[in-house]
Amino acid sequence: MSETKDTKPNATELDAEHWLQAYEQMAKIRAFEEAANELYTSARMPGITHLYIGEEAIAVGVCEALRQDDYITSTHRGHGHCLAKGAALDKMFAELLGKEAGYCRGKGGSMHIADQETGNLGANGIVGGSAGIATGAGMSIKLRGTDQVAVCFFGDGALGQGLLYESMNMAQLWKLPVIYVCENNQYGEYTHNSKTAAGSMVGRAAGFGVHAQAIDGQDIRTVHATARLVIDRARKGGGPAFLVCNTYRFHGHHVGDIDRPYRTREEEAEWAKRDPLKLLEDWLVKSKQAESDVFERIQQDVKSAVENAVNYALEASFPSESEVDRHVYA
Amino acid sequence: MSTLDNGVIRSPAVHAPGERQITFGQAILEAITEEMARDGSVFIIGEDVAEAGSVFKVLVGLLDQFGPERVIDSPISEAGIAGIGVGAAITGMRPIVDIMFGDFTTLVMDQLVNQAAKTHYMSGGKLKVPMVLRTTLGASRRSAAQHSQSLHALFSHIPGLKVAMPATPYDAKGLMKSAIRDDNPVVIFEDKMLYQERGPVPEREYTLPLGQADVKRAGDDLTIVATSSMVYVALEAADNLASIGISAEVIDPRTTNPLDTEALVNSAKKTSRALIIDEGYQQYGVTGEFASVIADGAFYYLDAPVKRIGAMNVPVPFSPVMEDLTIPTAEYVVETAKALCG
Ligand SMILES: Cc1ncc(C[n+]2csc(CCOP(=O)(O)OP(=O)(O)O)c2C)c(N)n1
Ligand SMILES: [Mg+2]
Repeated sequence: MSETKDTKPNATELDAEHWLQAYEQMAKIRAFEEAANELYTSARMPGITHLYIGEEAIAVGVCEALRQDDYITSTHRGHGHCLAKGAALDKMFAELLGKEAGYCRGKGGSMHIADQETGNLGANGIVGGSAGIATGAGMSIKLRGTDQVAVCFFGDGALGQGLLYESMNMAQLWKLPVIYVCENNQYGEYTHNSKTAAGSMVGRAAGFGVHAQAIDGQDIRTVHATARLVIDRARKGGGPAFLVCNTYRFHGHHVGDIDRPYRTREEEAEWAKRDPLKLLEDWLVKSKQAESDVFERIQQDVKSAVENAVNYALEASFPSESEVDRHVYA
Repeated sequence: MSTLDNGVIRSPAVHAPGERQITFGQAILEAITEEMARDGSVFIIGEDVAEAGSVFKVLVGLLDQFGPERVIDSPISEAGIAGIGVGAAITGMRPIVDIMFGDFTTLVMDQLVNQAAKTHYMSGGKLKVPMVLRTTLGASRRSAAQHSQSLHALFSHIPGLKVAMPATPYDAKGLMKSAIRDDNPVVIFEDKMLYQERGPVPEREYTLPLGQADVKRAGDDLTIVATSSMVYVALEAADNLASIGISAEVIDPRTTNPLDTEALVNSAKKTSRALIIDEGYQQYGVTGEFASVIADGAFYYLDAPVKRIGAMNVPVPFSPVMEDLTIPTAEYVVETAKALCG
């Protein structure tokens, strides 16, 4: 199912400086993921990882509308969410390499990065597994009487999970400040969602009376403006919202999925034209808010920051053996 | 399926000279293919089982042979497909529900534990649920806490469910075929690390009874009971023990429910010592049940308390340096065995 009817909100525009910051965040995520891929292919990273390349506008567009004390829950494809919410490159890479200096002391790895300081309640290895957690955070916000918001990121594949619907129903019943952000990258692993999701995506949430809308997930201006509206609304007690952000992962399902036999190179080429970084760059240049050499400089900056972080992580030490049975209980 | 030959117990799974060698994954595929060809009521449903041939590439070719009506790619809806399995089984089909990681079986608990396991009994024997749930177990793939567990003990606990955990290609094929033909819900656990393991599998048709242990190696001084991939750990340990004069017998129960208690007890009676290895968490694991069966049945023959080794009682950590500490190793088995025989 392809949700093509994108709804454009009245863009609440940021100034050029903020857009360049957003660009830098997206570029940082991209550089991070390219380095993660490189660590995998050069056999320096244990296990596998799922790259967010192509989807950067969603994490950044949404998180730029959040405060530090707002919450997010993330997915197996979670590096972008973590970084957009403020995670540090060095601790991220250290976690990917199973080092003690990592966000989870090497216990979680790529799929389980959590960072309380930036409100990241954790990435998740279970598809749809965080729908309840984000909604619970929303319940806690309501009971504690704060004006925080919780954002639940998940993929289109999670639309198959019943927990999501139980959660959205309760969020609407009790007007919980939870934003459900569906990153509709068209596929769950190796299967197109036309074969796994019947009917309408937004219709699912609309059925509960949840404010629901499908948007262009490649255009950070649309993502950000929409996110701002629904986040502000939730903050003021207006209840949950559901955003289907249409997007595409430019790489395979995970770093080992090189051949991608389940989709065509033509389809990939079409989506490549809608690279979120390029779209923002083009708009900023065209509207004369930035010179084109600015982007080159940002790219260089984030690349060297990523390089430093990778080196830090490579040199960091592994946890000691005594770490293994710590933290089973609080 | 142990055969007595010149007084030596031989397992066709381990030695069968001249026989065709195939991988564990191929054996699973062969079993499913043969049963689907034999019985039109068998179908398989799961995430990426059809077009992709499963994430572990075990089912490649199945879709071409049987078509999308019987090889079904599902949404990511574990509870839903398990429920479909139960309903289809009650009404005349023989579904195979594919849950790619054993960790995700937690999502099907109600359908399996409260529905499938109890339907026959609750209906006074009127309804039956001939379904198979195939899934995986095993750590050491650097996949962290939600993709590495061995949860077979959860299902072994439940009356009404059968649980198989093959170690060899031979056992995998024979047990899978029996599971499909069985009139009860059977959960079959395949170790992800075993799919490429090769072993002899005869071309002729065969099945293996659910509830019959296999002697993977005969010995006199010590019984090592081992499940799934821990059989290989046990065999390696037995090799090392042999070099220091300890003769270990390795017994693979092959199914935890029903459990071949007689085979376990008889071996322990013969050797007077027993050690149990399993990759599930040690606490409340199947090792506890096996140990109790042996302690009960062979009490007067035992020279030492029954020992057990399971996975460390921690969520499986990501970092390789920690993950490797959590799984039973041959070295640790040897040390424990030496202490037991000392
Ligand atoms: C409950 C559950 N079932 C299956 C899986 C295996 N799995 C991991 S990622 C994935 C696809 C998820 O697709 P989607 O939600 O669209 O996210 P995407 O990978 O496209 O970002 C699947 C099936 C899982 N991790 N959890
Ligand atoms: Mg997807």
